[in-house]
Formats: sequence, C-alpha cells, structure tokens
Amino acid sequence: MEAAKKVKELKISKNELWTSIRKDWQLYSLILLPVIYLIIFKYGPMFGNIIAFRRFIPGGSIMGEEWVGLQYFKMFLNDPTFYTVFANTFILAFLLLVITFPAPIIFALLLNELKNQLFKRFVQTASYLPHFFSVVVVAGMVFEFLALNGPINSMIANLGFEKISFMQMPEWFRTVFVSVDLWQSLGWGAILYLAALTGINEELYEAARIDGANRWKQTIHITLPGILPTIVVLLILNIGNFLQIGFEKVLLLYNPLTYETGDVIATYVYRVGLESGSFSYGTAIGLFESVIGLVLVLGANYLSYRITDNSLW
Amino acid sequence: MKESWKYKIFKVFNVTILIFIVFATLFPFLNIVAQSFSSESYINAGEVTLWPKGFNIETYKVIMSDNMFWINYKNTVIYTVIGTLISLILSTMIAYPLANKRLKGKKFLTLFFVFTMFFNGGLIPNYVLVTSLGFGNSIWAIVIPNAISIFNMLIMRTFFQNIPDELEEAAIMDGSSTFGILFKIVLPLSKPILATMMLFYAVTHWNSWFPAFIFFSEKELFPVSIYLRNMIKGAEATVGTGATSADNLVQISANIKSVTMVLTVLPILLVYPYIQKYFVSGVMLGSVKG
Repeated sequence: MEAAKKVKELKISKNELWTSIRKDWQLYSLILLPVIYLIIFKYGPMFGNIIAFRRFIPGGSIMGEEWVGLQYFKMFLNDPTFYTVFANTFILAFLLLVITFPAPIIFALLLNELKNQLFKRFVQTASYLPHFFSVVVVAGMVFEFLALNGPINSMIANLGFEKISFMQMPEWFRTVFVSVDLWQSLGWGAILYLAALTGINEELYEAARIDGANRWKQTIHITLPGILPTIVVLLILNIGNFLQIGFEKVLLLYNPLTYETGDVIATYVYRVGLESGSFSYGTAIGLFESVIGLVLVLGANYLSYRITDNSLW
Repeated sequence: MKESWKYKIFKVFNVTILIFIVFATLFPFLNIVAQSFSSESYINAGEVTLWPKGFNIETYKVIMSDNMFWINYKNTVIYTVIGTLISLILSTMIAYPLANKRLKGKKFLTLFFVFTMFFNGGLIPNYVLVTSLGFGNSIWAIVIPNAISIFNMLIMRTFFQNIPDELEEAAIMDGSSTFGILFKIVLPLSKPILATMMLFYAVTHWNSWFPAFIFFSEKELFPVSIYLRNMIKGAEATVGTGATSADNLVQISANIKSVTMVLTVLPILLVYPYIQKYFVSGVMLGSVKG
C-alpha cells in the first residue's frame, strides 16, 4: 500500500517536473551549462581517482591501463615517508586548531571593549590587510622577514644572541607556519564574531550592571554565551576542514631541509605525482586523504546537526 | 557609572595590545616597501626597518624595464579579467535559477553543487583531466577548472532570494520571459552583489599561482605571481614543473624581490578600500544562511 502510494507520488512529481521544464525552459537552460561544467570539472576528477586502482601511464588513457587493485595502497602503507607526512599533517592541523582558531575570538573580544569607534575601525581595517595578499607575496615577505639580515635576526643580534636561519631549520618550521597563518587570518577571522557581538541585547548588560557584575563577569556570563553559537558553527566547519592546512603555503615555505617537519600529505602527493611522475601512487595517497576529509566533514556536520540544529546541507 | 581601577588598567593594556597587533600586522609589509626603496648594502647590513636607507629607485626602473616582467604582468591582467568574467557569468547562471521559486529539484541541485565544496577529485586526477583536455600552456587551464566558488554562488543566491517576488510577477504579467526578467530587472537590482562578487573573484584570480605553476612551461605565459615565485624560490635548486632551473643558481637580491613584491600587490592595495567594504558585507551576507 505504502509503496504503491509512493510510486504514484513519484510519477506525479516526475510529470510536474516535465511540465515545469516545458513551461520554464529558459530557467532550466540557464543552469544546464553549469551542471555540465561541474560534471566534467568537479565530478570528473572524482571518478578519475580510479587511477589509484589502475596503472596510469602519462599520455595514455585517463582512466588508466590495467587493474592493479590495492597495489598502490599497499605501497604507501610500506612507505616510511607516508607516516612522516601523515604525522606532520596532523600536528600542523592540530596546532592551527588550537592557536589560529581561538585567536580571532579573543581579538574580537578585545576590539569589543573599545569605545573609540574611529580607533576600532582603524585596527580592523589594518588587520584585514594580510588576508588579501597572494600566498606568493606572503611567502616572499616571510623569507625577507626571517632572512639572516632581516629585521628579526637584526633584533636577535642586537640582543646579543646568535642569528637563526629560520627557514632552513626543521625545528622552526611549525612555529613559522602557524605564525604566518595567524598573521594572515587574525583580523579576517574576527569578522563573524564582531557581527555576533553587535547582536547581543544591550539590556542584558544593563541588567547585569544593576546586579553589580563587573566587566569581566559580564564578559563571562553575557558576551561569551552570546557568541557561543557562532563559535560552535565555525569550530565544526574548522574540524570539517581539519586536513586542509594551506598546501600552497607549505609548498612555498618548505624546502628539502625542512621536509622533516614541513612536508604534509598534499605536498608529498604533489612531489610523488607531478614531480616524479608516479601518478597512480600519488592519486592513491591523495584519495586516502580525501576520504578522511570527507569522513571528518560528514562527522562534523552530523555533530552540528545534533548540537546546534544547524547542518551544512 | 564609575569604572573600577581594574577595568581602567585593562583598558590601557587592551589599547597597547591592539596597537601592537596593528604594528605586527603592518610591519612585514612596510618593511618590504622600505627595502624596495633602499640600497642593497643597507639591506645586507640589516639596517632597513620601516624607513628606506640609501634611497634608491633604480631597481624600480630596472624591473619596470624588464620585458619579461611586463609580459607576465600583462598576462595576470588578462587572466584576471577573463577569469573574473567567466566566474561571474557561471555563478549567476547557477545562483539565479536556484533562487527562483519555479525551479523544481532545488534540493537535489543544491546538494549537487555544495557537495563539491567538501569533496574534490584531488590534485592528480585534476591534473590528468586538465592536461588531457589539451589545456596545458593555455589560459583555459587557469580560468576554467576553478571558475566557480560555490561559497560565492551561495552568497549571490541569498541576495537574489531577497529580491521581492512582486517585481518578477509584474514582469511576467507584462509578458517578459525569464531572460527578460533576469536582464531587465534582477541584474540591474543586483549591482551591489555583482560588484562584491567581481572583487571576490578578481582578487582570487590576481593572487592565483598554482595552476599556472603546474600547467605552464612557457615563460611568456606566466602570470606575474610565477615570476615572483621563481624569484623567491630562485636561490634554491628546486625544480618544479613550471620552474626553470637555469637562472635558479643566481642569488637574487632582497632589493629586487621587494620591488617585485610591491609591484605585485599594488593593484590589491589600490582597490583595498573597496575590497574592505564590500568583502565585509559579503561575508556578513553569506553568514545569514551559511
């Protein structure tokens, strides 16, 4: 019974769709090209991952030559570099999550305490600037800034310490990378929190003041709860993008001397696949990362749905 | 109301921290500008911080008379203009129907588009696809595969949804077609969002380097970002697919690098006041329905 009803409904909706398309063909024709575009350029490469299971020869079929099963996956499980880059990716991602994520919240709270609107504007405007610099320019600045004759090393030398060649030392890579990320995203990351802060009802503060709560207590009991939904949503989005740690930036900042701590999955895939030409092997590693990423997004989305009733789709 | 002395101390502390943040944010950039106008000997001695020493604009003249620099710079302008146009048109072609009440299957289509935000084919399958389409060493390799930002498209859709239905209904009464409504009513009303999107896309295209890096081998086709990239990484002997190793052995001076960096970010700085205004409102708009 139920099933029959469903089939009937489906038929009706199918008919409706056709009538709708015939009536509004212009509307549907608009979206047709982008849909084809996405099938080719976004969904195409997803199916292109088949070459992780098939031997690929550059210049040969884009779907590979012959089926080899899990050969390439077994290969990376026996590849010591894979474990290094895997660990590096997780360590960097974790550092970004605990440092770059909360920093804009604190920055927004500090800005919120400013009474002088002109000064507030100025601080905000200045802090957004690095967000718009090309990653190549950012990398260039980092190299100049941390060069042996750059400003940081001049300061170190003036204080009487030994100069440090930051970009050549694996023990400095993570500090440098996280600092650059923080520098670039601090101001921009605060925008949504600042918007949430303006939405907090002024009367709540009024009431708290009458009750004798000082500014710190107001922050803990009114301000933070007020922006908590924003924090949760952004945190979940962040966990969803956990592994995406700015591959282009790593590629520009690292070098063979800092591979030990700087090399991440994405850069390894790039080197194995495009520099050494092991396309299938690189694809297998890349696919492994994408699947972990997808699981994280779906998990984060599910959590978001359970906790905040907000889901991404 | 009287402020406690603790809060007064905090306020002083707060302003100090914020001034420090502004300083730390701007310092690396101002340092590059200062270096670009300084002479090499002062830079090497580590004496240039915020103000040029041994004032020198010769390097600007040298870079600006370098043929390859201008060819690459012009390429960036062309790629940015064409790329932005393609991005804008494709995004509108998705956002408008998705915002329209009469479109059926909206849920499925939205999922179809949004899914690509969270899962993509990965570097190598993308590379294989683009090269097998014969896009290598052509502008299409950088303006087509990354033409649509789904995030931007969703912001546009939200804007289109907020245009009152009555306007459209009135136009249908007058016998306007969908295209007619789009061109005569919706787009003219959407100038603010189109301007925002134009800036969003233009900045992305201007800053783009990686597609050119992997798909281009001819120097005459490089955007200026690759010119700069090869200069920055030049001292190292890394050979990327797009990098040429011949001139990699020459140590390029900090002064020359700084000048190139300043010239590369200059257009961004010129539009920054607008970017700032539009981007913030764009992000806010997007956050209404994320």
